[in-house]
Amino acid sequence: MTHPAIKPAVFLLCLLPFAMLFLGALQGELGPDPAEHIMHVTGEWGGRILILTLLITPLRQRWGVLIRLRRMLGLFVFFYACLHLLTYGHFFLGWELGRLAEELIERPYITVGFSAWLLMLPLAVTSTNAWQRRLRKRWQQLHTLIYPAALLFAVHVAWLSRSDFGQALFFGLCVAGLLGWRVWRVRAAP
Amino acid sequence: MLIKRPDDIPSSEITSESAWLKRRQFIGGSAAMALMPALGRAKATGAPLDYLSAGDNPLPGSTTNEALTPYEDVTVYNNFYEFGTGKGDPAKYAHEMSVDPWSLVVDGEVEKPGKLNLEDIQAGFDLEERIYRLRCVEAWSMVVPWVGYSLADLLKRFQPTSKARYVQFYTLHDPKQMRGQRSFSSSIDWPYVEGLRMDEAMHPLTMMAVGVYGKVMPNQNGAPIRLVVPWKYGFKSIKSIVRIRFTEKRPRTTWEFLAPHEYGFYANVNPQVDHPRWSQKTERRLPSTFFTPNRIDTQMFNGYGEQVAQLYKGMDLRRNY
Repeated sequence: MTHPAIKPAVFLLCLLPFAMLFLGALQGELGPDPAEHIMHVTGEWGGRILILTLLITPLRQRWGVLIRLRRMLGLFVFFYACLHLLTYGHFFLGWELGRLAEELIERPYITVGFSAWLLMLPLAVTSTNAWQRRLRKRWQQLHTLIYPAALLFAVHVAWLSRSDFGQALFFGLCVAGLLGWRVWRVRAAP
Repeated sequence: MLIKRPDDIPSSEITSESAWLKRRQFIGGSAAMALMPALGRAKATGAPLDYLSAGDNPLPGSTTNEALTPYEDVTVYNNFYEFGTGKGDPAKYAHEMSVDPWSLVVDGEVEKPGKLNLEDIQAGFDLEERIYRLRCVEAWSMVVPWVGYSLADLLKRFQPTSKARYVQFYTLHDPKQMRGQRSFSSSIDWPYVEGLRMDEAMHPLTMMAVGVYGKVMPNQNGAPIRLVVPWKYGFKSIKSIVRIRFTEKRPRTTWEFLAPHEYGFYANVNPQVDHPRWSQKTERRLPSTFFTPNRIDTQMFNGYGEQVAQLYKGMDLRRNY
């Protein structure tokens, strides 16, 4: 587990979905509707890596070295969330920012998803060692924002589903379980 | 020259009796086929069809100059939840459905209830090509050259009674052949059901399609027979139809049943009435690429207003969405 190649390997694995999209876009092989495809891929991978990030704390009880991966995973969540948002701006808004305001007001699932991204923004900014030192205890407090962000993400997915609730169920259960475990731990602590 | 003696011939090379019988049957079958009129044969997926081409079709609205969405896109990017909710799922799994034999039952408020088999469906009517815009409720669209005939031609054969005010359609329900119907996470109450008002069903633009791009319909596009109503959102154009029923009361449709505030019975393409979760003002005309998203304005009645607007005169289309 402490092998020096593990971190770069995880980095490359997390980058793989993006690399496939990038190559696909260059070669025009994302199918007839790349907007839909890119939205799905970036949303799904952002969500999966978010679950992995939230899994680190429970797992480090047993495997302490996992903590070395957490910041990188968290930044990948933000990376895919940014791509998701940019895709939305490019294909769905056509960069008409006036429409963004309209959409944020009228479409709650977009409001919720956008809020999750906003909550993650300060976390990404303060992810460096320098910021961590500067904020000291506050840093820990600030980074609990990932919990409401995860909840908003689960609501976003649930709100998106139409006839198939498989994905909403999967992400909903994961988020509920991982946040529930934390509540249980705080309660159980003396 | 080498002449093999009987005991030199390995037993594996000797034709078994069952294979020999099969060959006899095949030859007999071919002879019977040759005696039958050419039109009386059901054609396999992808086989070419004989039809009046769109350029010669006098029906107003039956063609357009817009660029066609390529065959490769029309047949790989589909919504057909019976085979999964991914856009590529139908192309991957629809081959698990067999369309030969097929039977389409017509019943309800009719003088002559009856049944059509695959041959009747494909060859019992004069086929014509129509190039229609297809606008999905998800805000993407295509331009597709369908081959088929007016639904009215089919319906008239069964002589609907005066009580027939609506027409209800059913897709095949067979979880063994349709993996989407086996999905535990689907909230659809199969079979998929759609409906039209009688005047909508009898409108000449309302079409039963049995082919696309001049060939027999691929399964993922709704083989062997599907509805195409070009001025309505795509989900109205029900696929792989096994039953048509005339009713007095308005049937409740699958999407209406699932989310009545999002999907109405009429589902006419209307840029002024948004889906509660997304805008219907624009659409992505496929194929779209990263560098040319191809976002265009959505037209009222998908551009068929001249032909169909009078059907909805005096109706509040905000309430009857």
